[in-house]
Amino acid sequence: MKLGLVVDLDTCVGCHACATACKQWNTSGTIGPLSDERPYGKDPSGSWLNRIHSYEVGDSPHSKTVNIPMSCMHCETADCVTVCPTGASYKREEDGIVLIDQDKCMGCNLCSWACPYGARELDPDSGTMKKCTLCVDRIYDEQLPESERQPACVLTCPTSSRVFGDFDDPDSEVSKLTRERAGQQLMPELGYNPVNTYLPPRIPKQQDSIVVSPMQGVKQLVNRIINR
Amino acid sequence: MSQSQDLPQFEDHSKQEHRYTTCYMCACRCGIKVTLENEKIRFIQGNQDHPVNKGVLCAKGNSAIMKQLSPAKLTQPLLRKPGTERGAGEFEPITWDAALEMLTARLANIRATDPKKLAYFTGRDQMQALTGLWASQFGTINWAAHGGFCSVNMAAAGLYTMGHSFWEFGDPDWERTKYFMMWGVAEDHASNPIKLGLKRIKERGAKFVAVNPVRTGYQAIADEWIAITPGTDGMLALSMVQVLLREGLVDDEFLIRYTNGPQLVINNPGKQGDGLLLRDAEGNPQVWDQHTNGMQSAFSSDVAPALLGEYEAPCGTPVRTAFSILMEKYMAPEYAPEAASKVCGVDAESIERIALEMAHVAFKETITIDTEWTDWAGRKQSQFIGRPVSMHAMRGISAHSNGFQTCRAIHLLQVVLGTIDCPGGHLAKPPFPKHIVPPIKPAKSNVPNTPLESAPLGFPTQPEDLVIDENGKPMRIDKAYSWDAPIANHGLMHMVISNAVAGDPYPIDTLMLFMANMAWNSSMNTAQTMDMLRAKDENGDYKIPFIVTCDAFHSETVNFSDLVLPDTTFLERYDTISMLDRPISEVDAACDSIRQPILALDRDVRSWQEVMVDLAGRLKFPAFVNDEGQPKFEGYEDFIVNFERAPGIGFLAGWRGKDGEKSLRGEPNPNQWKAYIDNQCFFKFELKPNQRYMRHANRDYMELAKEAGWVGSTDQIVIELYSETLQKFRLAGQGLYDGPQPTEEHHKERLKTYFDPLPFYYPPLEQERTDAKEYPFYAVTQRPMFMYHSWDSQNSWLRQIMSQNYLYMHRSKGEALGIKDFGWVWVESHNGRIRAQVKLMEGVNPETVWTWNAIAKQQGTWGLSDDANESQQGFLMNHLINELLPGEVEAGGHRMTNSDPITGQAAWYDLRVKITPVSDDDKDLTGQKLSWPRFDKVKPLPNFTPATKMSSYSSHPNINISRGWRDIFSRGEK
Repeated sequence: MKLGLVVDLDTCVGCHACATACKQWNTSGTIGPLSDERPYGKDPSGSWLNRIHSYEVGDSPHSKTVNIPMSCMHCETADCVTVCPTGASYKREEDGIVLIDQDKCMGCNLCSWACPYGARELDPDSGTMKKCTLCVDRIYDEQLPESERQPACVLTCPTSSRVFGDFDDPDSEVSKLTRERAGQQLMPELGYNPVNTYLPPRIPKQQDSIVVSPMQGVKQLVNRIINR
Repeated sequence: MSQSQDLPQFEDHSKQEHRYTTCYMCACRCGIKVTLENEKIRFIQGNQDHPVNKGVLCAKGNSAIMKQLSPAKLTQPLLRKPGTERGAGEFEPITWDAALEMLTARLANIRATDPKKLAYFTGRDQMQALTGLWASQFGTINWAAHGGFCSVNMAAAGLYTMGHSFWEFGDPDWERTKYFMMWGVAEDHASNPIKLGLKRIKERGAKFVAVNPVRTGYQAIADEWIAITPGTDGMLALSMVQVLLREGLVDDEFLIRYTNGPQLVINNPGKQGDGLLLRDAEGNPQVWDQHTNGMQSAFSSDVAPALLGEYEAPCGTPVRTAFSILMEKYMAPEYAPEAASKVCGVDAESIERIALEMAHVAFKETITIDTEWTDWAGRKQSQFIGRPVSMHAMRGISAHSNGFQTCRAIHLLQVVLGTIDCPGGHLAKPPFPKHIVPPIKPAKSNVPNTPLESAPLGFPTQPEDLVIDENGKPMRIDKAYSWDAPIANHGLMHMVISNAVAGDPYPIDTLMLFMANMAWNSSMNTAQTMDMLRAKDENGDYKIPFIVTCDAFHSETVNFSDLVLPDTTFLERYDTISMLDRPISEVDAACDSIRQPILALDRDVRSWQEVMVDLAGRLKFPAFVNDEGQPKFEGYEDFIVNFERAPGIGFLAGWRGKDGEKSLRGEPNPNQWKAYIDNQCFFKFELKPNQRYMRHANRDYMELAKEAGWVGSTDQIVIELYSETLQKFRLAGQGLYDGPQPTEEHHKERLKTYFDPLPFYYPPLEQERTDAKEYPFYAVTQRPMFMYHSWDSQNSWLRQIMSQNYLYMHRSKGEALGIKDFGWVWVESHNGRIRAQVKLMEGVNPETVWTWNAIAKQQGTWGLSDDANESQQGFLMNHLINELLPGEVEAGGHRMTNSDPITGQAAWYDLRVKITPVSDDDKDLTGQKLSWPRFDKVKPLPNFTPATKMSSYSSHPNINISRGWRDIFSRGEK
């Protein structure tokens, strides 16, 4: 299996629901807690596994705002794993999820420097590295209702802009979406071969107009016999 | 996933419990499923079965744990320390018994002498049916919720035009619409349903057009962005109306059957009765019947009314159809696209094109649903015809002083396209639509120890309904329903403090505030409002003698209170989201819901609902005591179950009847709360397919609505394109009304100018009185999606997303003024100046600057530390806005309220400013990058425990996945 996410940039409105759902689930999850430094002070800063970046593309009047949620891409060539000196960071053989064994991590930061996507964050309290687990503690939990065996970010997304599945299965929704909507890897040129894909914004809808004759003053709106 | 591999058991489900309730992180009212363990919250997720959010949840709902853990939670009732000054922040704890005895004594005295001296105003609560009932039983007319400074223009314009409106009153038909237009900032109402809807329309390839000076939020995914000049949306809408009229692209069948377009209007300029509807002896409006070539009742089914035409009434009075007036008005050159373009900054070609695109969808892409239904006249119809164009608008339209007429203009555009309550169009949500308008008149009485004769808020239809005294002066403290704001359906909360301190129209004794931050971001003119709250008369007594605040958190307003009654959080209380109030209905179902306590209380607080019912018993309100004068209800739960507004109609519509077998109407059910809790805390009554559309004229629906008490009769609801109500007020301004008329010139002018029975565009009042050369920029605000309506942005997760706001301006303008990204500027209006940090951007109308509202906090409040960004760099635009209009003093020496002249809606978005860079040697900057004005630090409350420097929340210790050594060594480098 090759588990990962598809993120639809056509419908992501940048609402941050996925980011806080992730924070909420994972602070009590397998790599939790996700600590917050100065939670009520200056420049509050905690560890998050998923963040939303908003950019303006182009100059006005042709600018466009794009919201890009960023979390671990579960790369196939994961340098963050290779550089780990303790073996804490690894990519699971059975499903491709990249994880960090919290008991083996010594917080050296090498992996976060190796990650071009900024997906790894050092927990300010535990001093260990934290990152997206694809909610490994949800997706395999058979005691959860089947419809809830999804990453928390996918479950909560109000515009269903996040889809979870197996990219090895050509019939999975993530494979189909990636195929049909030309899903892209982020920065593929760096060679990490990220699993997650992003669906580009659709071409804006071109709506037909009613064809009217050249302006000749007011067309006669006449009384018709219409019964109430 | 099916394989569980050799993973550990992460969650001990045997120790977990799931409970359902209703979110209150904003006004959306989503259903949530809460997982609890070890008396802590493990997870809050959207309820997949819930009609509002269908399983999704926003950033706020997902952060509710941090609201619950906020260090700003109030913990006990507090009394301002005797001998200390109000606003000094010196409080001492008081017991609930003592607090309620003290308050009861004070309120009993007011009630026995001059009930209007209690001004009771509530903020963003969702229990106005209870607080309104309470006020009316108390006998004070001085009650309202926050609608006057929020979105009354939308509610009023909708209810006076078509009997429903946007948001709680109606939604686009997301499942079928093919063209969706969103007007102005509207992310807030309602957050998740709009997002769910946008996904649906994008999937289907429907076009999404966003009209907004700022391209953030939903605008980011719009197919087309119209960067309109703020406050000019009415011009854009009416110019599109002209295009449609010019081309004959209107749904005349719809107009004739369902609107008052064909009704005959008296055309007698300068004479009494001009502009009123021609009526027969029974009072029925008349139409010109083309079968008989004569006048007939507009309510007759057997007529073919002329939509256009001028006629003569039997008495010789000249009349013409309302639609003829409408044609004449909107075909005028001022509404031509070329002319409109100069006003609203949208090019004429786009105005033409969008109008014609919508016409294409409405008339060439029509959809039909083959369902038999019965129309208002009892005739069977075989299908519903859908014109799949829909719209949504909210605060961006509402918060201008021309918002009422602008919203009417948008509705007019919807109506001429025939898109109201039809498949793919704009659908009402039960209990709407209502008749135009509901037959409730605002109360005027002030009798000691006596309930009001009607509700404090209602729907005036004529000058006789105003709440004014024999001299024509306002009777309400906020001057709602006076000549200042005749159709102020939600009151003018933003004027209460200012008016009470000025003693205009009279001083009050006690101001009671619930969940409203009037000393900070909910008031215009914040610094001066603080001064008003502290203001004393010549005897050294406070001009507002007593201020009671109920809130769950340490807000800026708590600091200005004499008595603080601490509320619970939403996870700690019972609550109803009631059909009598602001229910959670969907377009195809009547729905209401409850909250239940999820967590046990860990401090000495009480829910305001409980306190209301308790006080009502102590004060012996007739509806709350038995024949012996003893409190009739044991508490809020008991009250909700047993109170009936009319026989069988109570706060909750589900599981009524002795055994819970009845829906909508039925005797009280002692087990009603349990029934709700057993059903995930919501009730959904689905409409049958024949009751889902054209409900204004659908007997199948109206019979149900009457039985449920949503409407008083099954008569057709005739859409009022032409508002006779407005014309009556205009006649009063012209001195042609046979009834109350204003005496002051400026009132006459306002009525003549703004009470046009047809929607029209006029420049917002403050903009008109501000020198555009001196103040070249429009200034508006919005809330970020992850904080909208979340009343306490001290949330430690959400503030990591944003703890400082910036002033956003167009890059080209910033560069021209020598302002760099992250540079500091002075922003100055007629009312004062602020210092703010700038971010430059592309996606904004170049003449407009904007910021995120209510990020800034006063130092010392909300549990934040002294160096928190909110108090150091964050800024409020409020300081630049005055609750009174700038410039000339009107007759009588008063400056007029900065509000919509029709509804009294606070005109937050009419502001104009100038911007100058802060120079490096600016002494005020003192080397630090700080916003200005600065305020004294608010003192901590008794027993306040500051937050720790590190927070690590979890509901159970983590179960780590241990990587085996064999895996490490066998896989090597890769």
